[in-house]
Amino acid sequence: MKTLEELNAIKAKMADVVGFRSEEKGAVKSCQYERQVLVCAGTGCTSSGSVKIAAKLEEEIEKAGLKDKVIVIKTGCHGLCALGPVMIVYPEAAFYSNMEIEHVEEIVAEHLVKGNVVTKYLYQETVTDSGIISMHETHFYKKQNRVALRNCGVIDPEQIEEYIARDGYQALYQCLHEKSQKDVVDIIMASGLRGRGGGGFPTGRKWLFAMGGEPGTQKYVCCNADEGDPGAFMDRSVLEGDPHVVLEAMAIAGYVIGANQGYIYVRAEYPIAVQRLEIAIKQAEEYGMLGDNIFGTDFSFRIGLRLGAGAFVCGEETALMTSIEGNRGEPRPRPPFPAVKGLFAAPTILNNVETWANIPQIILRGADWFAGMGTEKSPGTKVFALGGKVNNVGLVEIPMGTTLREIIEEIGGGIPNGKKFKAAQTGGPSGGCIPASNYDVEIDYDNLIAIGSMMGSGGLIVLDEDDCMVDIAKFFLEFTVDESCGKCTPCRVGTRRLLEMLTDITEGRGTLETLDKIRELSQYLKQNSLCALGQTASNPVLSTMKFFEDEYIAHVVDKKCPAGVCKSLFQYAIDEEKCIGCTLCAKNCPVNAISGEKKKAHTIDTTKCIKCGVCASKCKKQAIVKK
Amino acid sequence: MENVTIKINGMEVAVPAGSTILEAARYAGIEIPTLCYLKDINEIGACRMCVVEVKGARSLVAACVYPVNPGMEVMTNTPLVRESRKKTLQLLLSNHDRKCLSCVRSGNCELQTLCKELGVEDDGYYDGFKPEYELDTSAAHMVRDNSKCILCRRCVAVCAKIQNIGVIGANERGFRTSIGSAFEMGLGETSCVSCGQCIAVCPVGAIYEKDKTAEVWAAINDPDKFVAVQVAPAVRAALGEEFGYPMGTPVQGQMAAALRRLGFDRVFDTNFSADLTIMEEAHEFVDRVQNGGKLPMITSCSPGWIKYCEHYFPDMTENLSSCKSPQQMFGATLKTYYAQKANIDPKKIVSVSVMPCTAKKFEIGRDDQNAAGVPDVDISITTRELARMIKQAGLDFSKLPEEGFDDPLGEGTGAAVIFGATGGVMEAALRTAVEVLTGKELECVDFTEVRGVEGIKEATYNVAGMDVKVAVASGLGNAKVLLDKVKAGEADYHFIEIMGCPGGCVNGGGQPQVPSRIRNVVDIRAERAKALYALDAGNPVRKSHENESIKKVYAEFFGEPGSHKAHEVLHTSYVKRVINK
Repeated sequence: MKTLEELNAIKAKMADVVGFRSEEKGAVKSCQYERQVLVCAGTGCTSSGSVKIAAKLEEEIEKAGLKDKVIVIKTGCHGLCALGPVMIVYPEAAFYSNMEIEHVEEIVAEHLVKGNVVTKYLYQETVTDSGIISMHETHFYKKQNRVALRNCGVIDPEQIEEYIARDGYQALYQCLHEKSQKDVVDIIMASGLRGRGGGGFPTGRKWLFAMGGEPGTQKYVCCNADEGDPGAFMDRSVLEGDPHVVLEAMAIAGYVIGANQGYIYVRAEYPIAVQRLEIAIKQAEEYGMLGDNIFGTDFSFRIGLRLGAGAFVCGEETALMTSIEGNRGEPRPRPPFPAVKGLFAAPTILNNVETWANIPQIILRGADWFAGMGTEKSPGTKVFALGGKVNNVGLVEIPMGTTLREIIEEIGGGIPNGKKFKAAQTGGPSGGCIPASNYDVEIDYDNLIAIGSMMGSGGLIVLDEDDCMVDIAKFFLEFTVDESCGKCTPCRVGTRRLLEMLTDITEGRGTLETLDKIRELSQYLKQNSLCALGQTASNPVLSTMKFFEDEYIAHVVDKKCPAGVCKSLFQYAIDEEKCIGCTLCAKNCPVNAISGEKKKAHTIDTTKCIKCGVCASKCKKQAIVKK
Repeated sequence: MENVTIKINGMEVAVPAGSTILEAARYAGIEIPTLCYLKDINEIGACRMCVVEVKGARSLVAACVYPVNPGMEVMTNTPLVRESRKKTLQLLLSNHDRKCLSCVRSGNCELQTLCKELGVEDDGYYDGFKPEYELDTSAAHMVRDNSKCILCRRCVAVCAKIQNIGVIGANERGFRTSIGSAFEMGLGETSCVSCGQCIAVCPVGAIYEKDKTAEVWAAINDPDKFVAVQVAPAVRAALGEEFGYPMGTPVQGQMAAALRRLGFDRVFDTNFSADLTIMEEAHEFVDRVQNGGKLPMITSCSPGWIKYCEHYFPDMTENLSSCKSPQQMFGATLKTYYAQKANIDPKKIVSVSVMPCTAKKFEIGRDDQNAAGVPDVDISITTRELARMIKQAGLDFSKLPEEGFDDPLGEGTGAAVIFGATGGVMEAALRTAVEVLTGKELECVDFTEVRGVEGIKEATYNVAGMDVKVAVASGLGNAKVLLDKVKAGEADYHFIEIMGCPGGCVNGGGQPQVPSRIRNVVDIRAERAKALYALDAGNPVRKSHENESIKKVYAEFFGEPGSHKAHEVLHTSYVKRVINK
């Protein structure tokens, strides 16, 4: 494929089929299929059986003789992972959730054959007295604005033509034929797009640094898909749901800086993403979107995949490049910055998946459109992986400037079991916690830094009253200690010593002096570490100490863990008033630490108790308490 | 080069553009402490000792790798900087085996020096979990002790980047990181060539030679043994450093006196067998040229190089001269010719060598190195071990008289003493080969083209109507470059000298360790070589074939160079090895 006409021909051919999957005004109301069933085949839904469900659907559809009328499409992530597996049936836009393979026959028979939506299996919020409503009107989706995720859950990621139907590769064509390199970088600069990987560096500026130099200079474009924050899966979802957007954006950057080679560094632990990228690259090459003389120009660009072995530090840009070069993934000092001396010592630009996913839209819809979303200094949207103590665990994309309260209470559906919000952790092991006092802070790069956290790549973990903040800090630090590459002294030894101090606190050996020593060492790590991993490793500690100092004091002075998490600091005891002597606890205790006569209050032998908590979970009278 | 002006501690300094802050600070008379940094070898900014404040920077920066910018303001001595450096040391100490009293590097340990200078107490401030490591004693020449390792990676860099071997690297990650070989193989199972450059650059006591001084003392104290010692040329160029002499001071006379006072029965000189090597090697070379033998011929004095060739260029072992190294030629002559002459049972002779080299410890155990049916050399110790023995014996080195070596194996020429510097063997060989081939006396014996510290040197000499193309390489990385050229047919040398260590034996793995703060500003190779060239210039006899004792040993024992007898005693064979076995 060499011309715009060819590209538009595919777009036109696919317009009805893909346009059918929309509830927007003016959307296509008919296509060659009577119905389309979109089954989420992201990692979350796949692991809860969606691929088997899709197979079963196809089988039942064939049995029902609907093979030519109903098509099953495996898409990327829809976002509401907590309700997975999910599937949507068009044209009704019926949003089935918590799908089970046993429901398939009934749904096929009732909905696909007879046209009656099986409302009992729908996401209950979409079921109202006046009929079913679109999922986009539910709390989870209402405030979202899917830009980076616009194709996720909509197209079949393994079909390049579906991507083309959604304006795919139009931006690349425009850049190559209608815009100079400077025009393109000016658009990106004017859009105000900042790096979505965590640092928030202006993307256009990064590209600008890598432009120029002698013509013919070897340069590279890299995609950082080494997403590693615990609980984060933004990038994975983009790659699984819309791999071509990354390829197109990288080719655009290649055109801007004069690179002919790109690399996507993706975790080997993302097998679905890897597989879809492989397919996408192959298809893009077949369609001429990658390779020599793209769209008939003298611009040639290829993309290679490099699989990361799972080291978190390889998400750091210099470590990532060192790893691509075939060496042990360790960061190297900056300057020189990658734009000057990056991969194989050549000028290199490296952006993260979500950043790339914004580029084609910015080219097509203009810098003003993008800058009009979000806040002044952080325009656009941000994808968050919402996790922890929140009802709607999943993937959300919100305009910058949305408050934490909106994300958790509205989109996230609040905290389960009526528990109280305590804090949200953003930025993963590099970030910090946002306490309830900052519940209404507008989320953007600068506001988060101002309150001692950071945007990070988009992990957002909700904590409630049952979470111990010292334990949370310890959890993140354990991660960092484990993932430190071991190159520089502060991170290699310092984080380990910091963890030992925190462990002392959670195990009752901490003192007020320990707290001083922690603050001192934390500041040292920020100042002295070689790369961001070490420099930010103490953030979870410092921020929890700042906002929850009383909890730390309770641990070191009173030797109590207020949330009842730190096992060394509490004992299980039986409330004699409440205990009815049902013996359930004694029967379940794995170490026979509970004794007592039937129908009489029991007691726990604390010398035997291993604090596993089984007794408390089995007791029907809430008679077992932590003291 | 263009200068840029920056401010260091408020003072304006003009420094060459492209300098690092560390280099710039030196212009201002400020020495910033470093630990992992080795100029041109290990510039990785890992240890964080050299942190400084830069106005406007988000955090402290590593001076060793941070380039200066015009107008930059650097502060090298603020409370934050001092406290940070102290903490770095405290953290290193918290994971360091602090048995300093019994450490081989005590008194010459860079970590110890920095702790002392920065006022860091041994109070276990950050002490916590410390992993336990087993000593790696699998190699013939050295021991690795990870409980002392501070993970500066200097050894890794010198092995991979300078020697192009790379048999050590970081294993595991984070706090569990340790230096070792692939798959935790013992070093002895790898294709380590025993050059000891890792020992030379280690700032602490994590890598050290296998100390054989106790065995030497035992031999000396055994009345039934006849203990003869030989000392390599490069030893006399560096031994003085252990006793406070400036680098490059030749201490040949005091060294001989010290050896005698340690109780050796005979104090001989490897220079003797260096001359012998020239006789044999020059003959072998002329023979190969005249009779169509394998060319280029490559020298075989350096056992590190020999092992490297066997592992990495096994198809080129036929290019190696069959001559034993001077150490082994000496031992072989001692236990055959000298034993016969002095009427001593070779089995009662303990042949000790003092070498600037750790690969010599490996070499003495090689096959085909036992001319008298017993090993040519029994114990090989390094310059450092000799210094230790002198200190143990309480000898005041500076007060020792200058003495000579014992006859007849103590006589050496100027040609022999320059064996210790890169290009020296080539120059010595040329002095003899030219005179032998032309039959005329050289007007000038200085072949300056092959002198100097450059890694690879080339020259062409017209000898008796033939253009002889020679090349000299030192350091195995350079050797590889040269040999790749030869293999690719891009060079047609006749004769190549290769030394395993950069700069040759003066910079050998057994020489006194020089702290990085000196290494980074002084060229050890050049300074020590000066001592050898001074000894050469001051020697009335500067050509191997004019060594009277050499003439005598041929007349009385070997006959002619290259004779059957000479082959039996003075030549050896090689094996083909694979990588990491």
